[in-house]
Amino acid sequence: MKNPFTLQIEKRSEDIPKWLPLVTSLGAVLVAFIFSGLVLKMIGGQPLRVLGFFFTATFGSWGVFSDTLVKATPLIMVGLACSLAFKMKLWNIGAEGQFYLGAFFASMVVLVPLVPPDSPKVVVLTAMVLMGMIGGALWGFIPGILKAKYNVNEIITTLMLNYVAIYWNNYWIFGKWSDAGFQMTPMFEKTAWLPRLSDYAKQFNALSGITLHLGVVFGLIAAFVIWWIIERSRWGYEIKLIGDNPKAARYAGLNISRNIILVMMISGALAGLAGMAEVSGVVHRLQERISPGYGFSGIIVAWLSKLNPFAVIIVSILFGALIVAGREIQPSGIAFLLQGTILFMVISSDVLLRYKIRLVRYNEEKA
Amino acid sequence: MNLEIILHAGLATGTILLFAAIGEIFAERAGVMNLGVEGMMLLGAMAGFSTSLATQNAWLGLIMAIFAGGILSLAHGLVTIHFQADQVVSGLSLTFLGTGLALVLGEGLTGQNPPLIPNVSLPILASIPFLGSVFFTNHSILVYVGYLFIPLTWYYIYKTRPGMHLRAVGEKPSAADTLGINVYRVRYFYVFVGGCLAGLAGATISLSVSPGWYSSQTTSGQGWIAVAIVIFAQWNPVRAAVGGYLFGMLRRFILDLQGPALLFGFQNPIFMNHNLSFFLQMTPFLLTIVALVWGSQAAMRKRLGSPAALGIPYIRGERGL
Amino acid sequence: MSSISNQPSPPLAVEMHDIVIRFPGVLANDHVNLTLKRGEIHALLGENGAGKSTLMNSLAGLYKPVSGVIKVNGEVVNFNSPRDAISKGIGMVYQHFMLVPTQTVTENILLGLKEPRFFVNLSIYNKKIQALQEQFGLRVDPSAQIWQLSVGEQQRVEILKTLYRGANILILDEPTAVLAPQEIDDLMKTMRRLVEQDKSILFITHKLNEVTAVADRLTVLRKGKVTAEGIGIEGVTREKLAELMVGRKIIFQVDKKSQKPGEVVLEVKNVSALNNKGFPALKNVSINLHQGEILGFAGIAGNGQSELAEVITGLRSCSGSIKINGKQVANQPPGKSIDIGVSHIPEDRTGVGTAPNMSITENTIMKNYDQEPIGNRWKINFTSAREYATRLKDKYEILAPSISTQARKLSGGNLQKLILAREISCCPSLMVAVQPTRGLDVGAIEAIQNLLLEQRENGTAILLISEELEELLSLCDRIAVIYEGELMGVVEAADANLTNIGLMMTGSMRSQA
Repeated sequence: MKNPFTLQIEKRSEDIPKWLPLVTSLGAVLVAFIFSGLVLKMIGGQPLRVLGFFFTATFGSWGVFSDTLVKATPLIMVGLACSLAFKMKLWNIGAEGQFYLGAFFASMVVLVPLVPPDSPKVVVLTAMVLMGMIGGALWGFIPGILKAKYNVNEIITTLMLNYVAIYWNNYWIFGKWSDAGFQMTPMFEKTAWLPRLSDYAKQFNALSGITLHLGVVFGLIAAFVIWWIIERSRWGYEIKLIGDNPKAARYAGLNISRNIILVMMISGALAGLAGMAEVSGVVHRLQERISPGYGFSGIIVAWLSKLNPFAVIIVSILFGALIVAGREIQPSGIAFLLQGTILFMVISSDVLLRYKIRLVRYNEEKA
Repeated sequence: MNLEIILHAGLATGTILLFAAIGEIFAERAGVMNLGVEGMMLLGAMAGFSTSLATQNAWLGLIMAIFAGGILSLAHGLVTIHFQADQVVSGLSLTFLGTGLALVLGEGLTGQNPPLIPNVSLPILASIPFLGSVFFTNHSILVYVGYLFIPLTWYYIYKTRPGMHLRAVGEKPSAADTLGINVYRVRYFYVFVGGCLAGLAGATISLSVSPGWYSSQTTSGQGWIAVAIVIFAQWNPVRAAVGGYLFGMLRRFILDLQGPALLFGFQNPIFMNHNLSFFLQMTPFLLTIVALVWGSQAAMRKRLGSPAALGIPYIRGERGL
Repeated sequence: MSSISNQPSPPLAVEMHDIVIRFPGVLANDHVNLTLKRGEIHALLGENGAGKSTLMNSLAGLYKPVSGVIKVNGEVVNFNSPRDAISKGIGMVYQHFMLVPTQTVTENILLGLKEPRFFVNLSIYNKKIQALQEQFGLRVDPSAQIWQLSVGEQQRVEILKTLYRGANILILDEPTAVLAPQEIDDLMKTMRRLVEQDKSILFITHKLNEVTAVADRLTVLRKGKVTAEGIGIEGVTREKLAELMVGRKIIFQVDKKSQKPGEVVLEVKNVSALNNKGFPALKNVSINLHQGEILGFAGIAGNGQSELAEVITGLRSCSGSIKINGKQVANQPPGKSIDIGVSHIPEDRTGVGTAPNMSITENTIMKNYDQEPIGNRWKINFTSAREYATRLKDKYEILAPSISTQARKLSGGNLQKLILAREISCCPSLMVAVQPTRGLDVGAIEAIQNLLLEQRENGTAILLISEELEELLSLCDRIAVIYEGELMGVVEAADANLTNIGLMMTGSMRSQA
């Protein structure tokens, strides 16, 4: 075997500089953009124009920036859901399904209805928030208990439950709750709408058309809460310990099964809250495809943020922009491609944090 | 509702899962879990379909599909074997990447009609009553390839020198290394094989079993089911084949439940309310979960496990060497 | 340089000259010379971390020296992989066996060979291997899977593996570490037989009695440097050897004060348990342990010692009764025994004892993170956690850049000190220590052993599981011997007889006590 050169990997023994993770992540995103641009070029697109369009369509004015933030809102919550679970090395790939269940449960409040239709807004919205979280938590509980009690691989179960959740939703919007045969429910009463900035356009003219809704505040609060849990709380310590070495955690007297179920439920509840915010803050009804894959993007958001709750907010805005732009950019798969490439580049770049890599020419090594 | 049709169709759709699952078994036996099967399948389906369309040759399409799946899998190989990244996350990103590539490159393929892999009946064998018409009549050539594949892969894994090396690398790479087996090379090779077979599975869909390009609906989660089958099958290709076929039959059975007005002499509730079919559509996914619970419990009882080094990057000089 | 041979006398099997091997931050071998004559048994001595295994790994083709010359049978060689070394007739038996547990003996032996080319007909090769076994007297069932074999049998498979490849230079890395005294005798007979059949053996050890029993010459390494090169074994004393290995005189007697054991702390009654494979690992074990007493458990690895430690600490379910200070702990979660005050030095420091990517601070609070002042029901006070970690780091002399250093960056000795510091501080009444000194250098071993004795003086009851008989004899008050999960007997350490313990370890004798 005479390679012209070999990849020589050396373990880093010293502490890594603080700026390095940020630099490698930014570098990874940059490389991902270049790669996707090349693919686009290959099929005859104009990557630079698309890039220019990308920026004007997402950050070009207050209006479009608000759209970007609206898309970022569910991503923040779903990204946090994934971050929490991943901290424990619990692979919750089911945020998409938990999102749908959250949306469904929140819609139940209005459509069953669970509270009298003429209840005040506060009551309706509170009930929707609670139900949304319960729905998501339920969808997290199932894989959680299967993992805890029967050691069933949670990757597969959460993924399968995504499909189940979508069909479940379809059953209701095509059937029972269908609005005159359309694939959607009737529009909710205004009492079930999350307040939006545009609601105050009468007082402040500048706010007209700004559709940013209260859900983004849920996301910010959730980010703070999750940060506190992970960094300050006793439970967060347990989560990190289980994530780093489950055998050591058991040895230290932790109840791993209970923690698996709890984390799956909280993670699911966050994704469910995102679903609630989407039906109550954006679409105002339950319908097909309420999520353009938020649950999956959340996985990438979490990883790109290195599981840091505050970084999740920033990354979510970038990905929100991707979704906004992706609606208009043709071909439609390009946003998906970009996301996949970004994640790939990020995990590849992680190796730079752990190892120093050098290319060594074969004869050089011999010498 | 016809048993013969259900079995016949089950073998055809089961072949998709068979290829994908056996590919994944190869990769996992070598110690690399690749959750990107869905992405590799979709890319394979797209590559096969478009190549067949462009060249008017389904076989070239098939080769291209295998190649596409294999090439994509090498990205996973590089990241997990050399860069020692987490195999779960890398596999997920491979799914995104494969799906994204397939959707971008597959723009405008929907509704096209390229040449397909032909269906044939096997002489003599087809005339066996019942079994002949289920197993050997009017099947895609790929279905017959699938039949051959089962004993061959089993034999390869358990009874040949490379199979022995494969198992050693997945169970105790350090031992293999000290005997001069190149652990990295073996892992790359089987990750590639897994990718090729996933690509083949994709082409089995788009060029044969349910021909066409329906963007991400083409695979509709079958890659994930294949991953589940691997666990359920305890990394044994024969059990994986059985699982795949059973699953295929089940899907057909579910589909057929929606047709008739009368079912076993009773009024068919699904015929009356077509929205109930959403529940039928979710059953394969629910059953996957049930099968997995069952498989996991059996494994716990018998104390069987995954290949010991599955998911763990190999670094010479670490972990007991 | 006595190793450069221009005289015609017996050709050298191996000649390693001026070998330098470097790892990031470490000079593992510093200009090392070593010669192995044909037909001799050459002992390579040195304490843990002296660079013995590294040197031998380079001879086996696993590592490449930065500089230096290796000659095999007079020919300069340059190994790029283990395969190259094997082709030159070098076979290495690693300390941690390099066997695939789920494959048969024959499959393990055939791994990596060019022959058979593709199809493997195991029955043919089973016969070939049986013939080889006859030749060298190394019996083991070729169709058995490795996990079904005892440690001694597995070692035989390793030796057969090298012989099947036609090795005539064998490297045995600490082959006696895992064996009972009688098995060691068998191994030495095997080594003699191999040498009679024109094989040459390099034999890594740190035990002098083994050297005098079997070796012709010896080489000593200390901190990567040779301190004695190829000297004959005549007239080498234990003290002299220890000095060569450690670089200073060491006192072999630990300072154990005589004291009367107190109340019963641990009461194990009729305990049986299964191992991970579902086979019986403990059979009806009953034993008591008192305050201020060290009870040793001797036995060959895999005879139920690990499982015993696990049932006591709640990590494994069992039948029977285990009482600590009168409280039943059998089949209770691990948290329960921690609350009662049971500390546990686990066998696997990195896999069980610590969380590798977490800081020293986070590792030291593992057992008391939920107790004031470090934590309460809701939160952890990281300020007091850091104070606590700093205190332990200073008191137990854990060498690390800071308390925020990740545990995986610590050396074995410092990691073990961290575990001991944590365990001693949290749970004072009973300590279960499994192989606490394995793989450590002499300084660390001394420190750990003294900590254990200190605990004994403070009245802690200590259950010490070790494969080092010498360690058990010097530290323990009583020694229990376990074989295939059964208690073969308990002897007072003061009047223990090594032969009898050895016989009990192999199940050939049962004490009357």
